[in-house]
Amino acid sequence: MMTDSISIPPGLILIAAGLLIPLLRARARTMVLLLAPVLVLSMVWQVPDGVVLSTDFMSYRVVLVEGSALARLFGTIFAIMAFGGGLFAINRDNPAELAAAFVYGGAAIGVAFAGDLITLFIFWEVMAIGSTIVLLCGRDNARSAGIRYAAIHLLGGVVLMAGIAGEITATGSTVFNAMQPDTMARWLILAGFLINAGAPPLSAWLPDAYPEASWSGMVFLSAFTTKTAVYVLLRGFPGADILIYVGLFMVFYGIIYAILENDMRRILAYSIVNQVGFMVTGIGIGTTIALNGAAAHAFTHIIYKALLLMSAGSVLYMTDKRKCTDLGGLFRTMPLTCICGIIGALSISSFPLTSGFISKSMISQGAADEHLMTVWMLLTAASAGVFLHAGIKFPWFVFFQKDSGLRPAEPPWNMRAAMVLFSIMCIWIGVFPEQLYAILPHQVDYVPYTGAHVVFQLQLLLFSGLAFFLMLEWLKRSLTITLDFDWFYRKALPELAQWAMTFGGAARRGVLVRLQRRLERFLNEIYRHHGPQGILARTWPTGSMAFWTTVLLGVYLIAYFL
Amino acid sequence: MSKTRKKANDDHWLVRPKTIQLLWRIGIGILAATLLGDLFVTHHPHFGIDGTFGFAAWFGFVSCVVLVAFAQVLGAFLKRPDTYYDNQ
Repeated sequence: MMTDSISIPPGLILIAAGLLIPLLRARARTMVLLLAPVLVLSMVWQVPDGVVLSTDFMSYRVVLVEGSALARLFGTIFAIMAFGGGLFAINRDNPAELAAAFVYGGAAIGVAFAGDLITLFIFWEVMAIGSTIVLLCGRDNARSAGIRYAAIHLLGGVVLMAGIAGEITATGSTVFNAMQPDTMARWLILAGFLINAGAPPLSAWLPDAYPEASWSGMVFLSAFTTKTAVYVLLRGFPGADILIYVGLFMVFYGIIYAILENDMRRILAYSIVNQVGFMVTGIGIGTTIALNGAAAHAFTHIIYKALLLMSAGSVLYMTDKRKCTDLGGLFRTMPLTCICGIIGALSISSFPLTSGFISKSMISQGAADEHLMTVWMLLTAASAGVFLHAGIKFPWFVFFQKDSGLRPAEPPWNMRAAMVLFSIMCIWIGVFPEQLYAILPHQVDYVPYTGAHVVFQLQLLLFSGLAFFLMLEWLKRSLTITLDFDWFYRKALPELAQWAMTFGGAARRGVLVRLQRRLERFLNEIYRHHGPQGILARTWPTGSMAFWTTVLLGVYLIAYFL
Repeated sequence: MSKTRKKANDDHWLVRPKTIQLLWRIGIGILAATLLGDLFVTHHPHFGIDGTFGFAAWFGFVSCVVLVAFAQVLGAFLKRPDTYYDNQ
């Protein structure tokens, strides 16, 4: 084993802390929740470039820790997320969920520093287990949603495993470097990554599952799975053209479904797919600025999406209501939760002076620099759509809209503190982007704050806001859901199975009866020939035997002479 | 003074009709200001169309209308009561 400055993968520290949590009493648990991520963060920053920790495993070289700017960037944001999520969830009375959340976050950091495909796969699967447990600790419908979630992620894992096995067989190496989808194995690896990113056709797993998690669980879930997928795509498939189209589809899918959605956290779930779509498009464009943009956007997205879900989680925690039709007017008694939600909403909309403004614009700039006019136009239209479906819709329907009569108080101190912390980060990054730009994987040569860019973005967003209020009648929520691809495995397949049981049952009975009749007839025939009265059961006369013996001998004689 | 007016004035100042009217006026003023902002900055259009006056304003507005209209059409086919999956 080779060691340099670090002898334990940083992710394992968080996993160990997670496993320790259920054994601790309240005060000690709070200490672990807050201190473990800080320790991990300091370790993440100590990882130098290149292979740091490796060993041999079944004749393969397994690199447990390999440092790079990209790995440290994602390790940093995952550790920050574990801290913010832990702070928000201090008062969560379910140690299993907290433990699973830290194991899940630790595994995400493990993926970020994985130096080879085998290490990556192991941490990838630990993430699937951790996230499923977080989900199962959730609300009433969490059990069936958790099983569907696990099924999709096991499928994704199998696809990825097949791809990795094929890649190792073909190249003889476990190295995970940038590649193009040019062999079957690599297509499978890409598909495995994309399933976790929430890409079509299976995007529905995300809005189906996450909103069934608890008020604290979804904050963790929103951060790790999809962004780890963005990380491995950034590392494995930069510049793969297909990602542009996949990303653009995700961008618009998220907007359209979110517009039609009534559950406040499902709106935010669809908007995760939408935002990851921007990142995937950036990875597909593949230039330095677009890749930087995708990486920076993953970083800022984790913070503002967690903030939005903390705001929604606080509302859920205090009111136990999740539908826009039941909510409204909460700004009166939850002003802090409302303001933090608005800061998150402005950030996701890339409003100037917030974090989204300095990250998403790099992806659009990447498209413009490459003269990809259609891509640029679609990304710009989608930026307007983000303000519509998340930036205004979420705060408007939850905190304003109408007076629902609900007068909930603000949530406990730790939940408020987490929201304030992440709000400050959203604005801090938006005002001082150089600090984030300094830790991006490539040198940044981009100035977000120009007069033209600020005016452009303000026009785009404010006129989208005008469109929202002019079309408010069309955007009013109803007690409905919108069918998605999951209809095939939640409705069509079970009904097909039901149909097969009923109609297939009758057909099966018919076939069995006919088979039975044939069998009986066959047995009767045999009985007729071989039974006591059968032709073959009679005693034969000696004369006929002598005759047949003569015939046989005659034939033998003739055959001999021939 | 009618009863409803009195009730409206008892409510939070932010939701009183007067405030909402004022917010609309301020909002329209800001919209006009951002449009006029185009006169004071130099855009660097990449494709031509993005150099037209108030491009981001009209393009953003039209995009939102198209998205909402498309969502309405899709919703007409794919919307179901939210108890649709419940009996399973």
